[in-house]
Amino acid sequence: MSSLIASTSRRVFDFHGGIHPSEHKSDSNQTTISRAPIPPELILPVQQHIGKPAIITVAVGDKVLKGQRIAQADGFVSTHVHAPTSGTIVDIGDRPIPHPSGMTELCVILAPDSEDKWCELEPEEHYENLSIEAIQSKVRAAGIAGMGGAGFPTDIKLQPPQQDKVATLILNAAECEPYITADDRLMRERADEIVKGIEIIAYALQPGECLIGIEDNKPEAVAALNSAVKGTRIEVVVVPTKYPSGGEKQLIKLLTDKEVPSGKIPADIGIVCQNVATAAAVYRAVRFGEPLISRITTLTGQQFNQAGNVEVLLGTPISWLLENYGYQPSNPERLILGGPMMGYALHDRDTPVIKTTNCILAPANDELPLSDPAQACIRCGLCADACPAELLPQQLYWFARAQEHEKAEHHNLFDCIECGACSYVCPSSIPLVHYYRHAKSEIKQQRLDHEKSDRARIRFEARVERLEREQAEKEAKRQARADAAAKAQAEKALAAKNEENKDAMPANSGVDPKQAAIEAALARKSTVQQDKTSSPAELKEAWGKAQAKLDKMLDALDNAKENAPEQVEKLTRAVEKNQVRVNQAKQSYEKSQSENAATPSTAINSNAAPALSQADISQLETNLAKAEAKLANMSDSLTQAKQDQPELVEKLERAVAKNKVRVQAANQALLDARATLKQEEG
Amino acid sequence: MALLTLSSPHSKGSNRTANMMRWVILMCIPGLIAQTWFFGWGNVHNVVWCSIVALACEASVLFLRKKPIAFYLNDYSALVTAILLGIALPPLAPWWLSLIATAFAILFAKHLYGGMGYNPFNPAMVGYALVLVSFPVAMTTNWASPGPLLELGLPSLSATVASIWEIAPLADAYSGATPLDLYKHEIAQQTAEVVRANPIYGDFVSLGWEWVNLAFLGGGIVLLLLKIIPWQTPFAVLAGLTLPALVLGWDYDQFTPLSIHLLSGATMLGAFFIATDPVSSSTTKLGRLVYGFGIGVLTYVIRVYGSYPDAFAFAVLLMNFAAPFIDIYTQPRTYGYAGAKRGAKAKENS
Ligand code: SF4
Ligand code: SF4
Repeated sequence: MSSLIASTSRRVFDFHGGIHPSEHKSDSNQTTISRAPIPPELILPVQQHIGKPAIITVAVGDKVLKGQRIAQADGFVSTHVHAPTSGTIVDIGDRPIPHPSGMTELCVILAPDSEDKWCELEPEEHYENLSIEAIQSKVRAAGIAGMGGAGFPTDIKLQPPQQDKVATLILNAAECEPYITADDRLMRERADEIVKGIEIIAYALQPGECLIGIEDNKPEAVAALNSAVKGTRIEVVVVPTKYPSGGEKQLIKLLTDKEVPSGKIPADIGIVCQNVATAAAVYRAVRFGEPLISRITTLTGQQFNQAGNVEVLLGTPISWLLENYGYQPSNPERLILGGPMMGYALHDRDTPVIKTTNCILAPANDELPLSDPAQACIRCGLCADACPAELLPQQLYWFARAQEHEKAEHHNLFDCIECGACSYVCPSSIPLVHYYRHAKSEIKQQRLDHEKSDRARIRFEARVERLEREQAEKEAKRQARADAAAKAQAEKALAAKNEENKDAMPANSGVDPKQAAIEAALARKSTVQQDKTSSPAELKEAWGKAQAKLDKMLDALDNAKENAPEQVEKLTRAVEKNQVRVNQAKQSYEKSQSENAATPSTAINSNAAPALSQADISQLETNLAKAEAKLANMSDSLTQAKQDQPELVEKLERAVAKNKVRVQAANQALLDARATLKQEEG
Repeated sequence: MALLTLSSPHSKGSNRTANMMRWVILMCIPGLIAQTWFFGWGNVHNVVWCSIVALACEASVLFLRKKPIAFYLNDYSALVTAILLGIALPPLAPWWLSLIATAFAILFAKHLYGGMGYNPFNPAMVGYALVLVSFPVAMTTNWASPGPLLELGLPSLSATVASIWEIAPLADAYSGATPLDLYKHEIAQQTAEVVRANPIYGDFVSLGWEWVNLAFLGGGIVLLLLKIIPWQTPFAVLAGLTLPALVLGWDYDQFTPLSIHLLSGATMLGAFFIATDPVSSSTTKLGRLVYGFGIGVLTYVIRVYGSYPDAFAFAVLLMNFAAPFIDIYTQPRTYGYAGAKRGAKAKENS
């Protein structure tokens, strides 16, 4: 009863804007998924995902079995790569890979032996027998990365956020891009695999509810899913067809009415999104132990004689697919990877199909005609009406053109998801998204440059300050010595005088002897104090304190990065300041150390300082190791963010820079300490 | 062979600026027909004449600026300016008045600011305001009397043209004050009843004008339904005109009644065809409400307290001036933000 109410009363919300480009889904969704034959050569890039490239674990000449790991994930945000069939590694080298910039990347080239022989797999009939950790590691071992197009390592998304529970698990089945039908066919034909995969994911995440979001232009897929979810807690939610309903943020809004706060990820509001094809891959990985070695790709566009969906081995060269599926090149030849709205043009036919390749679109010239020459913006506002992020594209365009980056940022340029809806509706045919991409990359570059010069400035200022301070300290010491000498002289004279007048005029003495004694004592004390402030022990303590404070701040900063972005900037500044202070403290300490070493006669005070011990060195070594580990961690997240969450890149870059300084400082401290120790021992 | 590589999106909707402009022109036609029916051939002549002047000016400027003439003429924007002027100017205005207004609109108000898309002020209204200020007499005395009031009927096309080209003037009876103007002057001495007894107010609101305004309203609603113009601007203009007319001008023995405000003068043309010029208006949804409301209120104020027969041109120009600021203060709330940003840029730094 309750499930009935839930399924009938669920409200679908709406997101702002959106467009209805012609769908072209039926071009390719009329036939069942066919299995592409094994090509004569497979090109397997070490990077088919967001994060660090995998590390190759085979050598040229090695024989490998189907499903055998040929490259290993490097770090947390990375995935393994497996051999899609059995054969021999014939080459390892740079090849063009699918990427908007047409770049090359290290690839393993596999010559199939046509035996297609599996390596040994570890099937598991009942996933409930496995611990959550075991499921995560199985998914990781299978090298699964988000198959909807982003390619984020799936195992990471199976680890629920530490602080709170996952409220909603959303399966993205919207497939809102025109032309693409890979998920549509998959859902029609393998709905049970998808649902089982979802159950496994839900087992790992323990979400409060589990929703499949699908557009209403796929009635067959909806029916297939509905019968597959019977008896489970999974709910199929049909949303109206409107591009970009499959955008993660838009789907979240549609299903839950929640918005992912700017600069955050869905997990921050208790939501995890997975693609349906990813769910199917998770199922195969857990149930059969199969790694991700193939995927379903839509071949469509009028230049294909037989448009449809094929299950292709990863690494299959696109050129080979084109030849085998009746492709006629248009003139000029144009191939698009992904859909017409957000896909990118292919630079080279010989790039391979990878984990994220959901569609190869070969349009005829008049099918997706090249844009008319751009006219002036007439400020009609149609772009703003269409923008799902509720930006003002016309203003952004104006600012981007005029290089008014500050204003563009203030108008939330970085919240643009580059969906292309604005360009699509613009009656003046202005390539708006192009301008935004350009402006974004320019702003990022500027920030980098700015940061560099900032760092240089801080270093310079610190140096000037240090030199001034050293000068002042010297002066103070000299003064103190002079004062002390003068005092002593005066005291002596006074004492002599007192001695002289002791009997003669005891009551009338201008100076009370007691008073004089106190004064002398005070003078002595102040001299001692003066010395003490510059004693190595004190300085070391000051340094330690400053360092501790800096550490605390860095922790706070890390914490803020995750939880309170509004404080990050403030804290970053504070950290910078403290870094300078630490450096100063360290400098003074080192200086006093070397002074002490040079003048052993003043060693009375330095005795008070604990001599450098082996224990200190090992402490410093752990410090360094810790700092390095942190830096590596941060660099990782940075690489990941660069592809996945551009809005975080800037923050992370700052953090990495800061950590680098820290590592250097730690290293320097260690080296210094070692040198001092040697000196002392020798 | 190299592959063609362009950045996304690769797909493009079918909507084009020229297409939108064509619809605007098309939807002017009902109003123009009503004008011709009641006030004679003057407006048709002016529309044609202004168009010739506008296209000639546009082409020569483009030639001087070394721009592709055909490409820019094709956006129809000069034609829209000319047609709006032809419709808005007094039907019997002499040829040189239309020439000055149009040439100034295209040469100064449009191209001096950088051409299409860059003009901060509505070119047609700049041209209109110029001649209104420079030639107030010609702008007040050349309004045609409605045909049903003329014993001999409307003047023929040739007689109208001869009058406009100052070859043979028409008899005085053929021209007269506008209902708006007349009411403002008469009500100082008379009661509302007496003023409205004047046959130019007809049986309904004001003879002829009411139908012209209704025709522009109809055309405007079509544009609105086709999403060629946003609803916010015309709605706000009419609201901005209505509100003060109800609150301040309820006493018809002192002030022009709301019905005359709405269905006489350039009200509907202004609300649906002039205020909606996208280039010089506000571009945010909220901004358009503010912008339109401002035009409505200013129109009312100038009509009631100013000394010009109609006020639309000045109201529009004043709000054009404010549009960039309105935009800055009416940004929408972006996805993922708690609220909308207001103002030019974030001043706070913490
Ligand atoms: S849709 Fe194009 S012409 Fe219209 S406001 Fe946006 S950018 Fe300008
Ligand atoms: S590309 Fe950016 S600005 Fe354009 S509609 Fe999409 S989110 Fe809005």
